[in-house]
Amino acid sequence: MSHRELDDMLGKGWRKPAFVKNATLRWTLLAGFVTYMIAAFMTIEVDWGRVYDGLDRGWAFVLAFTSPDFMSRWSDIWSGLLESIVMTVAASVVGILISIPIGLGAARNIAPLPVYVVCRGIVAISRALQEIIVAILLVAIFGFGPLAGFLTLSFATIGFLSKLLAEDIEAMDKVQAEAIKASGARWVQWINYGVQPQIMPRLVGLSIYRIDINFRESAILGLVGAGGIGATLNTAFDRYEYDTAAAILILIIGIVMALEYLSGIIRARVQ
Amino acid sequence: MLRLQELTKTYKTGDQALKTIDLDVPKGQVLALIGPSGAGKSTMIRCINRLVEPTSGAVLLDETDLTRLGSGGLRKARREMGMIFQEYALVERLTVMENVLSGRLGYVGFWRSFLRRYPQPDVDEAFRLLDRVGLLHMADKRADELSGGQRQRVGICRALIQNPKLLLVDEPTASLDPKTSRQIMRLITELCQERGLAAIINIHDVALAQMFVPRVVGLRFGEIVYDGLPTGLSPDKLTEIYGEEDWEATIEKVEDEDDDIEAAE
Amino acid sequence: MPVLEHEGTQIWRRRTTGENLIRWFGWLLGVAVFLYCWQIISASTTWFFVWDAPRIADDIWTRATPPKWEYITQLGRPIWDTLNIATLGTLIALFLAVPVAFLAARNTTPSTLFIRPLALLIIVSTRSINSLIWALLLIAIIGPGVFAGVIAIAIRSIGFCAKLLYEAIEEIDHSQVEAITATGASRWQVMAYGIVPQILPAFAGIAVFRWDINIRESTVLGLVGAGGIGLQLSASLNVLAWPQVSLILLVILAAVVISEWVSAKVRGAII
Repeated sequence: MSHRELDDMLGKGWRKPAFVKNATLRWTLLAGFVTYMIAAFMTIEVDWGRVYDGLDRGWAFVLAFTSPDFMSRWSDIWSGLLESIVMTVAASVVGILISIPIGLGAARNIAPLPVYVVCRGIVAISRALQEIIVAILLVAIFGFGPLAGFLTLSFATIGFLSKLLAEDIEAMDKVQAEAIKASGARWVQWINYGVQPQIMPRLVGLSIYRIDINFRESAILGLVGAGGIGATLNTAFDRYEYDTAAAILILIIGIVMALEYLSGIIRARVQ
Repeated sequence: MLRLQELTKTYKTGDQALKTIDLDVPKGQVLALIGPSGAGKSTMIRCINRLVEPTSGAVLLDETDLTRLGSGGLRKARREMGMIFQEYALVERLTVMENVLSGRLGYVGFWRSFLRRYPQPDVDEAFRLLDRVGLLHMADKRADELSGGQRQRVGICRALIQNPKLLLVDEPTASLDPKTSRQIMRLITELCQERGLAAIINIHDVALAQMFVPRVVGLRFGEIVYDGLPTGLSPDKLTEIYGEEDWEATIEKVEDEDDDIEAAE
Repeated sequence: MPVLEHEGTQIWRRRTTGENLIRWFGWLLGVAVFLYCWQIISASTTWFFVWDAPRIADDIWTRATPPKWEYITQLGRPIWDTLNIATLGTLIALFLAVPVAFLAARNTTPSTLFIRPLALLIIVSTRSINSLIWALLLIAIIGPGVFAGVIAIAIRSIGFCAKLLYEAIEEIDHSQVEAITATGASRWQVMAYGIVPQILPAFAGIAVFRWDINIRESTVLGLVGAGGIGLQLSASLNVLAWPQVSLILLVILAAVVISEWVSAKVRGAII
């Protein structure tokens, strides 16, 4: 930038330089955004009368949180909750065990190319398909019940954990791993001594985080018949039993909070 | 013009950072505040414009007791005191010009400042100041693109555009190399002279302080233990302020000391 | 370091005997819990269906291929609705998340004792509950449709965005805030000049990140009746129109891939 003279600048206004330098582009972006917003609002059909009627029910639901009803459907709640927890635990264990080899395979710096491509493919498929869609397909194939939910969560865990694990391995400190290799270690020994210590804290942290996610997801699998608390919740909404629904939601929130608290403690310990 | 009366500050942790400080700064005088880390230099400067609330005592700026002001009055009083910071404390994601103009925030309303519509005299003054410190061509650069010395110059502009009576300067050279440190100190003292400003410069580099200021105040454990001319800083006095050390080298071989401190940063 | 005396020679062990015992016991307990969980899942599974699964899967596959390509003409509107649900939901969520984040961050909250816990409660409760459940709830309150979907996505995203944002606020450089305060700026000016510029990049990143997730989530909201392409999916599933189902799944897959690509591009441009 050439030096500008002070005298030229005095008396002239000053504007903050625009974020998008090109004026045409800037206005096009802005106009496009405004047009989109108008179009979006025009096409949303809102039945305001229905919404207005709903306010009472909404308020009733908010009030239900102050007096949640755990007791009248306790056996349903308990069996649903237990199923959710069981699915979470089983799916997390299986999912984590499978994602470790796949994560190793999906890291370019330790896996040969063919293995890398296959493992990355598995990760991509698992990540692109959402839990609920996988659950629908698995329910269609394996029938109703927690088995479909368990398989869904295991499958989703693999995509999540393998990807993050592989990224972590790819970002690890090469020198430490090389030092182990230089000592004449075999591949398995090399993984055990050179790679594992570096990624272990993060693996533990991610696993706990995934358990947390698995529990939250298990709460919706019941909506499509794949077991868990979701079915109970759905029934409660269908019957307008807001106090029971509130009780279930409070339980879910409570368990998630407990899991987060626990994961904070464990992660602090393994760091 | 500025008078501190029995100013004390005790932190919640129980640390007594300042013990009954009394200090008088006449109009237009530049003084250096020296002392070891933790002596309370930073706390004292911040107690003056109440970035840190003093525990007791009074801060009189032109006979107004700043410690008794409400939030509106305090904002008006803060406009009279420009502050320059150790790590520059520029808002890094804003441009140089926005950083300089932010010195006028106490004078313009929220929406004007939010929309960056500053009054023309303010904009002109910002250009003049940037020209004075040699950064006019950088006006539309983002602050984080600048070097340390350049950032500190912007920091000086931000303080001066407030049109203050007093500058509070907190370790202006702590993160700069020896040469830039001197340039910055020279710039600050020159500008104070041009504008007749008083300044309290909090500085840990004794040699640098001796080069540029006519009055030195030494602080130790929150108490003033020296107040006088820079030439009066004998090895005994320095020992009293900082503790036992071979001071001859500091006073005589100014150049080396400079480098050592910077190398230690 | 645990060292054993054995027949006069010292043997190094990684852990003492006691530590080993505890570890073995821990693993044993883990395996026992897993087996128990598996047993519960197994007990509520009709194994006859599971053994029959390969045949059923094959059957579904033959029915679902090839996808009914001409059905895509009817998917234009649902795709538009899905996009709107995600985008408007994200915008509303961001709008609400900003104040919540400022109230939750330790350095900007007006009161650590009363307001901060309240803000954290909002964050935890909206975050713990899946958008499908929020949709279920909103449909019970305000009736089915796109509007319920928008609100469900918005509520679910508040906690997520506010959490990331308040963490960003807590990490800002305090000296910049101090410098702005020292100029005599008002509370709001300190906010606009000292805090907002520092968190703006994080904010933009969070917005795009959440939008990407919301596209995924809004594709399935229709399963419970909250508008978007999920409605078509659920309708097709109900009449077992597998060629339509496979086409819809392909469209959803494409949407997910495109949104992930867009979000990665935009985040790359910001940072």
